[in-house]
Amino acid sequence: MPGNVDRREVTMSQPRPQPASRHSPPHAAEGSDPAGPVPPRAGPSGDVAIRAHALTKRFGDVVAVDNLDLNVARAQVYGFLGPNGSGKSTTIRMLCGLLLPTSGEIEVLGYRIPEQAELLKRRIGYMTQKFSLYDDLTVYENLDFVSAVHEFDRPRAKRRIDELLDRYWLGDMRKRLAATLSGGQKQRLALAASVLHGPDLLLLDEPTSAVDPQSRREFWDSLFDLVDAGTTILVSTHYMDEAERCHRLAILDRGRLVADGSPQELMDRLPGMALLVHCANARQAQAALDGFSGVVAMAQIGAQLRVLAQDGDAVRERIAGKLQSTGIEAQVERTAPNLEDVFVAATHREARDRPRHEAQA
Amino acid sequence: MNLRRLLSIVVKELRQLRRDRLTFAMIVGIPTMQLLLFGYAINLDIRNLEAAVLDQAQSVHSREIVAALAQTHVMNFRYRLDEPQQLDALLRAGKISAGLVIPPDFERRMIVRDRVPMQIVVDGSDQVTQQAARQLAALPLAGVLDPGGTSNPNQTVGNVEIVNFYNPERLAPVNTVPGLIGVILTMTMVLFTAMAIVRERERGNLEFLIATPVSPGELTIGKVLPFVGIGLIQTTVVLLLGTLIFHVPIRGTLLDVYVIALVFIIASLSLGVFISTLAQTQFQSMQLAFFTFLPQILLSGFMFPYAGMPWPAQWLAEIFPMTHFVRLIRGVMLRGAGVAELWPELAALGVFTVIVLSIAIARTRKRLD
Repeated sequence: MPGNVDRREVTMSQPRPQPASRHSPPHAAEGSDPAGPVPPRAGPSGDVAIRAHALTKRFGDVVAVDNLDLNVARAQVYGFLGPNGSGKSTTIRMLCGLLLPTSGEIEVLGYRIPEQAELLKRRIGYMTQKFSLYDDLTVYENLDFVSAVHEFDRPRAKRRIDELLDRYWLGDMRKRLAATLSGGQKQRLALAASVLHGPDLLLLDEPTSAVDPQSRREFWDSLFDLVDAGTTILVSTHYMDEAERCHRLAILDRGRLVADGSPQELMDRLPGMALLVHCANARQAQAALDGFSGVVAMAQIGAQLRVLAQDGDAVRERIAGKLQSTGIEAQVERTAPNLEDVFVAATHREARDRPRHEAQA
Repeated sequence: MNLRRLLSIVVKELRQLRRDRLTFAMIVGIPTMQLLLFGYAINLDIRNLEAAVLDQAQSVHSREIVAALAQTHVMNFRYRLDEPQQLDALLRAGKISAGLVIPPDFERRMIVRDRVPMQIVVDGSDQVTQQAARQLAALPLAGVLDPGGTSNPNQTVGNVEIVNFYNPERLAPVNTVPGLIGVILTMTMVLFTAMAIVRERERGNLEFLIATPVSPGELTIGKVLPFVGIGLIQTTVVLLLGTLIFHVPIRGTLLDVYVIALVFIIASLSLGVFISTLAQTQFQSMQLAFFTFLPQILLSGFMFPYAGMPWPAQWLAEIFPMTHFVRLIRGVMLRGAGVAELWPELAALGVFTVIVLSIAIARTRKRLD
């Protein structure tokens, strides 16, 4: 079973929760996981891996994370979607106790953070945005070091490392210096290192930012294998296709949670509609609609223009009329919203403050 | 503190070091280069040498001479002694750098002029002191010694004889090499430790590590331990080259030399750890290391005489580990003193280590902010 984390590989004095391996399919909403055997320390939050309330982090005058509420169920992939600087990394760092929150409450795997962060650190894996293993150690030496950090004895470490090298296709690389690996290989090594001790919760901070699409797909397959084995995964990304694969998604913008739910829910709840404009010259159409009331955002997709507009058929009629009056022969039809529409709509409210839009306001 | 974890950090550090050719070369290269560069010394005049007087004549003349020499402020007569053995003991323990000896038959020698009437005994393990003594010998004491102006024109015997203890040939490397161990250890220990720890932060390794059960103590000690070994290797290189090329004596026991080196290495490593808590980048840590390194070299007595410094500089020098190391190593290698005789200097290094390391540990947090 290449995709399974061997839970017996984990040293814990306390009895551990059974893997809640009911692999809820993507797009299925939360709560499909009837609370399994509750771990002793988890208290009332047996089926909740992460709970945060009114989480806030200020760096001087800058509010990096603003009053964030978060609930992450066990054995799920929970995604953080947001532009750079939206507070994704800061939130993840606070959740694993690397940063002190300015205010708010955090409970992860039943531990109060930051007070019990050291206990938590035995049960989480954390993969940083930047490759954070040692470039001047070989693949094997890196994993050997990590296994010692987690107090594995020699034979057990050897077994576990061989298993991981095999699972993450690093067998041929064991004697290669980490510095000489490709982006995808480095990332698989980093994943192997962060799951070596069989953590219950895996926190991944933009893990695929330096990786080609093929490697990204393989990487996500590995993540779902881990979820199958009962691991909870919190992953931040700014790729829509990745966000779409999460069980549940939180959209962050400037430190605030602007939307959350399963990708399907978010698309269904889109506050507005997606329109497709078929016309001879999409650029002209875009110019004509720039700043037009009711239009939230536009993007040229090949020869077509995709318009995110406020909801209602009247709006669609007005847009069609506007194009006609400008002398553009165009067909305007509704289309199914995608996650990018959701993202743009969710982060748009903030964008309204921007000077360019003030003129039209 | 988990031993397996601690050991794994040491192993990791050694593996990294083995691949870091430049650092590896510097470990042996720096001592060799410095030894050859500093093979020649710097001479300077000084004042206020700690000194003792052994006046066995106790005559009017002898007292006049002591007063005249005291007036020059080159020597500061701290002790008035009765026995020659006391002088030896003070010199050995490093309490004084020079001693004025006036023999019982001083008056007779003054008149007969068959032998030198008095001696200045000098701690030759500090070459600057030798210089000062030569100055003294050239002092115009004629007025005191020969009030009648009846100086014998055929006089072939001088007024003062200088007896150079410990370094009779006045060989510069003999003075320089022991202190040089201190210079090299200060440079490499402080710099390498500070950089090695900050490197983890700069390269992002720390962010991964602090999300694991590693404790700051394990990480710090694990990273620092290999450098203790490196420091001892460097000490050995300098000692070997020093004895082979410059024939520097080791008059005390070799064990004492290594005990002193070890204590000094630990003190320097503490300073490096402390610096690492202040710096965010390797470049910053390098700047900070040099910031502590220069005053240590200048004020420790390695280059310039401690006795000649104004009191704020002396006070500052007392804080630096290198000041104490220079005194210790010269005491053991050149004067043949034992660690027991020099314990206050060793204690000073211990106090420095405890204070600096405590501050460093208090500043280390397993967090990013």
